[in-house]
Amino acid sequence: MELFVFIVAGLMVIGGAIGVLVRTHPVHAALSLILTLFGVAVLFVAQDAQFLAAVEVIVYAGAIVVLFLFVIMLLGIDRAEDLHIEPFKIQRPVAIAVGAGLVSLLGLAVIASRTHPVPVVTPSDAVAAAALDPHDGNIRALARDVFSDHVMAFELTSVLLVIAVVATVLLARKPRKGETYIASGSTQ
Amino acid sequence: MIAAVQPTTTWYLLLAAALFAIGAVGVMVRRNPLVLFMCIELMLNAVNLSFVAFAKQMGDIGGESTVFFVMVVAAAEVVVGLGIVVSILRRKPSANTDDLTELKG
Amino acid sequence: MLDVVWLIPALPLAGFLCILLFGRKLGDPKAGYFATAMVAGSFVVTVGVFFDLLSKTAEQRHHVTTLFQWVPIGSTHIDLAFLADPLSLTMCLFVTGIGSLIHLYAVGYMHGDPKFSKFFLYLNLFAFSMLMLVLGSNMLVTFLGWEGVGTCSYLLISFWHAKDSAATAGKKAFITNRVGDWGFMMAMFFAFWAVGSLDYSVINGAAAGLAATTATAIALFAFVGACGKSAQLPLYLWLPDAMEGPTPVSALIHAATMVTAGVYLMCRLSPVLNVASGYAPTIIAVVGAATALFAATIAVAQTDIKKVLAYSTVSQLGYMFLAVGSGAYTAAIFHMVTHAFFKALLFLGAGSVIHGMHHEQDMRRMGALRKLMPITAITFIVGWLAIAGVPPFAGFWSKDDILLAAYDKNIFLWLVGLITALLTAFYMTRQVIMVFYGKARWHDAHEEHGAAGDLGVGAAGDLGVGAVGDLKPRESPWMMVTPLVVLAVLSIVGGGLNLPFKTTTEKLASWLEPVVGSHESTTSKLPLALVAIAIGLLGIAAAYAVYYFKKVKAVEPAILADAWHYDAAVSAFMGGPGRKAFDGVAWTDVHVIDGAVNGSGGLVRGAAGQVRKLQSGNVRNYAAAIGAGVVLLLVWFVVIRGLL
Repeated sequence: MELFVFIVAGLMVIGGAIGVLVRTHPVHAALSLILTLFGVAVLFVAQDAQFLAAVEVIVYAGAIVVLFLFVIMLLGIDRAEDLHIEPFKIQRPVAIAVGAGLVSLLGLAVIASRTHPVPVVTPSDAVAAAALDPHDGNIRALARDVFSDHVMAFELTSVLLVIAVVATVLLARKPRKGETYIASGSTQ
Repeated sequence: MIAAVQPTTTWYLLLAAALFAIGAVGVMVRRNPLVLFMCIELMLNAVNLSFVAFAKQMGDIGGESTVFFVMVVAAAEVVVGLGIVVSILRRKPSANTDDLTELKG
Repeated sequence: MLDVVWLIPALPLAGFLCILLFGRKLGDPKAGYFATAMVAGSFVVTVGVFFDLLSKTAEQRHHVTTLFQWVPIGSTHIDLAFLADPLSLTMCLFVTGIGSLIHLYAVGYMHGDPKFSKFFLYLNLFAFSMLMLVLGSNMLVTFLGWEGVGTCSYLLISFWHAKDSAATAGKKAFITNRVGDWGFMMAMFFAFWAVGSLDYSVINGAAAGLAATTATAIALFAFVGACGKSAQLPLYLWLPDAMEGPTPVSALIHAATMVTAGVYLMCRLSPVLNVASGYAPTIIAVVGAATALFAATIAVAQTDIKKVLAYSTVSQLGYMFLAVGSGAYTAAIFHMVTHAFFKALLFLGAGSVIHGMHHEQDMRRMGALRKLMPITAITFIVGWLAIAGVPPFAGFWSKDDILLAAYDKNIFLWLVGLITALLTAFYMTRQVIMVFYGKARWHDAHEEHGAAGDLGVGAAGDLGVGAVGDLKPRESPWMMVTPLVVLAVLSIVGGGLNLPFKTTTEKLASWLEPVVGSHESTTSKLPLALVAIAIGLLGIAAAYAVYYFKKVKAVEPAILADAWHYDAAVSAFMGGPGRKAFDGVAWTDVHVIDGAVNGSGGLVRGAAGQVRKLQSGNVRNYAAAIGAGVVLLLVWFVVIRGLL
């Protein structure tokens, strides 16, 4: 059963990825991305990371990709890109080489370390206790972990989000009369 | 018999590697800035997948909290990145990444 | 008194600075008297230091006074220090003594010249440089003085710079000296490299341990420097042209002091020369003898009163180097001292004649001046007898010492020296006869030219003589005649310094022995002395026969008058093959050396231009580069570091 789930989800992931790669129309590419994200979410569930699967769908597929689509539609840049022309002759060969290299080397590393002993980490008592809950063990354990061991990181990421929002508002607002765009560097 | 074969951590990691490679190729090949961004998201997802696989293998929930934070940062990054893209493309709607060469030395 | 040995060069330096600031205000003649007083003061201090040194024992006569650390080099340093020892004191005595006499003389000679105070400015600067040269306790201080006298020589030769020939002569002197200076510098480099110090005491102390080749190199390079400064073959050609300068300059610089600097240097480095390979002193002796003969042959055919004396100087300097090369350093110094006396006397006398003849320098237009300029004539005759080697005048004793040393070294050198002595007597007698005896020939000259003094652009020549064509030479004023008398007396008694009869009478030899060692000769002195006297008298008689009694026709071939066409040969070489060589060197500098430097710059720029193409400004290219980097890193970690 898990094998079946893995194969289907894997196909979704790879298929969506290749779709992002080759679809000329940006909206089609965005939809392929959603397919990938769904596949990844399924794989998360298969790994007993249910909370993350939910977050993946809600945040990634539901917010980030929607944001992409908003921008595409609002700016009206949904023209299809011609993938046959490539101004830099060297770019495609390098890209293929890099891709092949990455896959082969990472795969080599992974396969070679199959038999290595796996370090087993003992979770802290609170986390271990929380994980024992039969219904939401994963969420409880994750919550215990985030809010006790990594609470500092949590606070900092919230600050980061605020900064990001403020920055983007400044970046993207229309200039008032007499003001120059903040993001200068015109491409006129 | 086939059902007896379990997908191991290694399989997930290989899948993540493939996804990462495809994302990398996409960053290098695509010219539309938004599609470029999507390929970056692919790479981030590959990383998330491997973190979760390791978390499962080692029994450490820290891997999953890392994924949590990665997603938060990815969201922030997308927000800022799209803000930049918007401000550039507002002036020149037909732009693609090949036209942004002010840093040419 | 030894501690104030620094006063000796300091006084002329003070004189130089004062005249620099106030010279024009002091004017003619106060500036001259002031300069003379400075050098005379130097002489007084020198005498004091001399007596102080005399009161010490022979081994103790070596006093170094350090003023300050001059050049710090790594862990050592070179000091500005003065060395008071017999050799330097001897040099100082006659430099300051004769220098002050000539300063006094110049007050009268340069009277009326518009650049009067500037002349004394340069003269004092020269005195300072010469004294630094002689008193220096290391080669660098000597070199300072060496360069200084070279510069002053240039300034003074081209004193009347409006005259083209004077300006050219000054340049010629400076450039030829420079070639010699290269030799001096090479000697300094070798000495420092071999011994680690430029101090004379260190170099001479370590001389015994030097390898023969190093000592030879030092000695021969120093000799190259000496050739330049002391006008030996092949670098002598500046000295005859240097006669363009005023006569006091010729007397001081080109007879008595500067040209002896080369001899001084070789004597100072005598311990090094003694351990050099045998051929080094031989080269020095041969060059000296050849120069002596060469110059003497030329002097026979010269018509300018000063040129005869110039070539005579070159010839006598050749004698001194002959002595140095034969190992008889004391003889060389003895001859240097007596030569300073009589050559300065002869030059000053010639200057007096020129002054009295309103700057007429051609001997063919002189004659019968004996009655009109009696004191000049008598003193000049004393100088003539001294240089001709007639006993008991000073020149005989010193020349005889040299001939003895030459005989010991090689009989051919002795023969060359003897022939030169013959020629010396001949041309000097010729000069005396042409100038002071015979018929008065200057009336013919003035009917020809119709102008008084067509040779000097400078001093006004209106000393109580009437209009053009009415020239009547008269005796020179007291300030010019007094030095002549003093020098004449010295030329008579100067021989007493080193009489060869007994060891006790050889005062100069014993005085200098701690510095230059002693030179014993086994040959008996009397026969050689008699031969020398005979040769001298023969020369005088021959000149009388040709020029006074006019029994024999005068032979003055043009080739001798033109100095064996030496100047023309040098110009042809330098203009022709020399120029090509220099152009080649210049081309190498521009294309090879500059080319290498600029080329490396160009190379870097080219490489940078290529590397710059990486910065295309394009995000995708950068992404590709990053990707490639990542793959390489993975290769390193997975494959090479062996995670496999």
